[in-house]
Amino acid sequence: MQPGKILNVVLRSLFKKPVTSRYPAEKLDMGDKYRGKLKFYQELCIGCKLCMRDCPSNAITIKKIGEKQFSAELDLGKCIYCGQCVDTCPKKALEATNNVELAQLDYSKERVVL
Amino acid sequence: MRKPDIFKVPIGPQHPALKEPESFSVSLSGEKILGVDIRIGYNHRGIEKACEERTYVQDVYLIERICGICSHTHATCFVQAVEEIAGLEVPKRGLYLRTLIAELERIHSHLLWLGVAGHEIGFDTLLMYTWRDREIVMDVLADLTGGRVNYGMNTIGGVRHNITPEQAQKVLTAMDKLEEQTKYYIELALGEATLAARLSGVGVLSHEDCVKLGAVGPTARASNVDRDTRRDDPYAAYGDVSFSVITDDHNDVFGRTVVRVKELMESYSIIRQLLKNLPEGPIAVKAPRKIPIGEAVSRYEAPRGEDVHYVKANGTEKPERVKVRAPTLANVQAVKKMLENRYLADLPIIIAAIDPCFSCTDRMINIREVASKNSRIMEWETLRQKGIEHYRKQGIDFSKVKITQSF
Amino acid sequence: MIHSLFLLLIFPGFIFLSIFGTYAEFVDRKLYARLQNRMGPPWFQPLADFIKLLAKEDVVPECAVPGIFRIMPIFALAATTTAFCYVPVWSTHSLYPFSGDVIVVLYLLTIPTITFFLGGWYSTSLFARIGSVRGITQLFAYEVPLFMSILAAALLANTWSLTDITLFYSRHPSYTFFNIIGFAVSILALIGKLEKTPFDIPEAETEIVAGSFTEYSGRLFAFFRLTIDIEMVVGAALLSAVFLPFGLTLGPIVGFILFIIKVLFIVGLLALIRTIVARLRIDQMINFCWKFMAPLALLQIIINLILKGVL
Repeated sequence: MQPGKILNVVLRSLFKKPVTSRYPAEKLDMGDKYRGKLKFYQELCIGCKLCMRDCPSNAITIKKIGEKQFSAELDLGKCIYCGQCVDTCPKKALEATNNVELAQLDYSKERVVL
Repeated sequence: MRKPDIFKVPIGPQHPALKEPESFSVSLSGEKILGVDIRIGYNHRGIEKACEERTYVQDVYLIERICGICSHTHATCFVQAVEEIAGLEVPKRGLYLRTLIAELERIHSHLLWLGVAGHEIGFDTLLMYTWRDREIVMDVLADLTGGRVNYGMNTIGGVRHNITPEQAQKVLTAMDKLEEQTKYYIELALGEATLAARLSGVGVLSHEDCVKLGAVGPTARASNVDRDTRRDDPYAAYGDVSFSVITDDHNDVFGRTVVRVKELMESYSIIRQLLKNLPEGPIAVKAPRKIPIGEAVSRYEAPRGEDVHYVKANGTEKPERVKVRAPTLANVQAVKKMLENRYLADLPIIIAAIDPCFSCTDRMINIREVASKNSRIMEWETLRQKGIEHYRKQGIDFSKVKITQSF
Repeated sequence: MIHSLFLLLIFPGFIFLSIFGTYAEFVDRKLYARLQNRMGPPWFQPLADFIKLLAKEDVVPECAVPGIFRIMPIFALAATTTAFCYVPVWSTHSLYPFSGDVIVVLYLLTIPTITFFLGGWYSTSLFARIGSVRGITQLFAYEVPLFMSILAAALLANTWSLTDITLFYSRHPSYTFFNIIGFAVSILALIGKLEKTPFDIPEAETEIVAGSFTEYSGRLFAFFRLTIDIEMVVGAALLSAVFLPFGLTLGPIVGFILFIIKVLFIVGLLALIRTIVARLRIDQMINFCWKFMAPLALLQIIINLILKGVL
């Protein structure tokens, strides 16, 4: 038992590179698998709306905009980024990207058309 | 002679020592704690009720958000219950991956706790170092599952993300690094004099009291209660791995620290065994959308103690009843005992030592009528009527609002 | 007259002390961060904090005694700044030396703790009251060892004037090594005075929010923070004048640079100590002070008395 047992580790870290980074000046690497904003492939969508049914927070809306043409609208504030819609989609029309910098001051910008 | 001044200090609902809102009203005489009045219920979110309004698939993600630290715990506990009702046989590989994430989560939770404990006693260097090392396991989790906090790993019938040999190698490298660091933390926890001065003999909970108050998890194991759901009632792949249950007879916060850091070492060994014996095959089976009538109770050893979920299915897409008993509910009773005859300065670390998670605990609304002293539980409709009445008195009419679909 | 005002208000008085104080705080925070393997704040952070606080609203609690509540930060600031007049900076000579000024400096440095107590007590918040009582309890524990260890050095120099003490030790630099115990004790006591870990019991964040300062905000809080920064510099300057009197005869410029280095060295030492230990409880702190620090300071006095007879 002695006080200040951590001393040598502390002194050594003085000469180590700090582990914290200058975010947002330095961007973080989230990795490819990270679940962020969704990506929508319009040509693949068949409008089955299974994603809407499975979404735990009602964040995604599929709308018919023309003959066999559908648009996807996502509420970034509601989306919990679980990726269930990606799993549910039978045609793989949805994909999760690793874009996580989605914070907005303006609420109206949270509803985006994918 | 004058009576000593007793004054009440409100620790919480908002206080720097507490990460979540809960109230500890402490009666003090000088620095000494004479009594404490614990009130929880500031963070009731109505998740159990909300679960009844959603399908099973949606519930997995909702349940996952009960707790930010043991998200996998609650999700696994819930899907285990649902799988039992539906009679689903989860493939071996799925179970192994589920266990892998569970142990990674335990590592990140225990490292987080060690840092918080350091912060509560003013040892911020320990906080910075453990949280730095915790980033390693967080990165591993993000790499394996695609999320740092809410992994979204579980689905009814298995897991959602497979693991490649390269990822497994990454996990093993991370484990080696963490094991080296953890050995240092064990050495530090056992050898640093100021840590021992603040932790030893603080928050004593004797073996008898512990059994009587029904504490769970590391809190109980530090009072020499040899109880661990992973061994006593093996779920997922815990039946296939060998590990020892760490107990300690210090009965105090120091013992709880020792139990947690030693459990870290066990977790590393479990992860190595899992990755070594990882079976080939599918990771999930397809689950029906409608779960047949039935009910099940599922137990799970969360980093904080035993977590219990009860699910009742009525043959539709939505469960009839979901009940969650988070480990903190079992441990919070013991805090009062631990605080007896201690000083105000010990209060933050004693509360932190049970690794509390109050939002997970706040669940039921129990209304006590002062006149008749009977307690009763309000139904959803009566509660809504009461709310409408309450606001009508203030001149706001909510009775026209129709709830077609909640949320 | 103008010369005196310049000395008191600009250099090396109030303005210089404020700037150097905020810089010392930056060094303290940056070093603390780097020792913890963090990046730490940019150089202007303490200054930015100060300016931000100045721009904020002053809130005086309804139950507080407004007069005392408002005057205390000014009192504390005045006391620490005054103390600096009697501490030698770039030479062995302080600004206004007189016999017995070492006692005056020590007492002036006690005033901030008293003002924290009064400010906290009259703000009537529960947390502030617990914090201020803790602060005053702690004062009795560390003040005696601090006085004894500094007076032990004065004893050997055979004078009660800081200027003469510094002069004596810079003539006989080897004598300073006899005071090594006193130096260690007074460093620890200085930690108590500045309320930093392990003796940050009066403002232990996780227990009593911010102690005496719980109800302070805006300008008043900014002045309290500035006081603590200046107190750190003055305390470090006092210790460096008494225990590290090297190079003071080399002229004002070298002496001034050495002064900065010496003060930052002590500030760094404080940062190192607060990195490696946990906060003590008030009973443990008092035990430590009376069981170890006070006897050690006493030992220093005995050593110096014997030395005085021998030399």
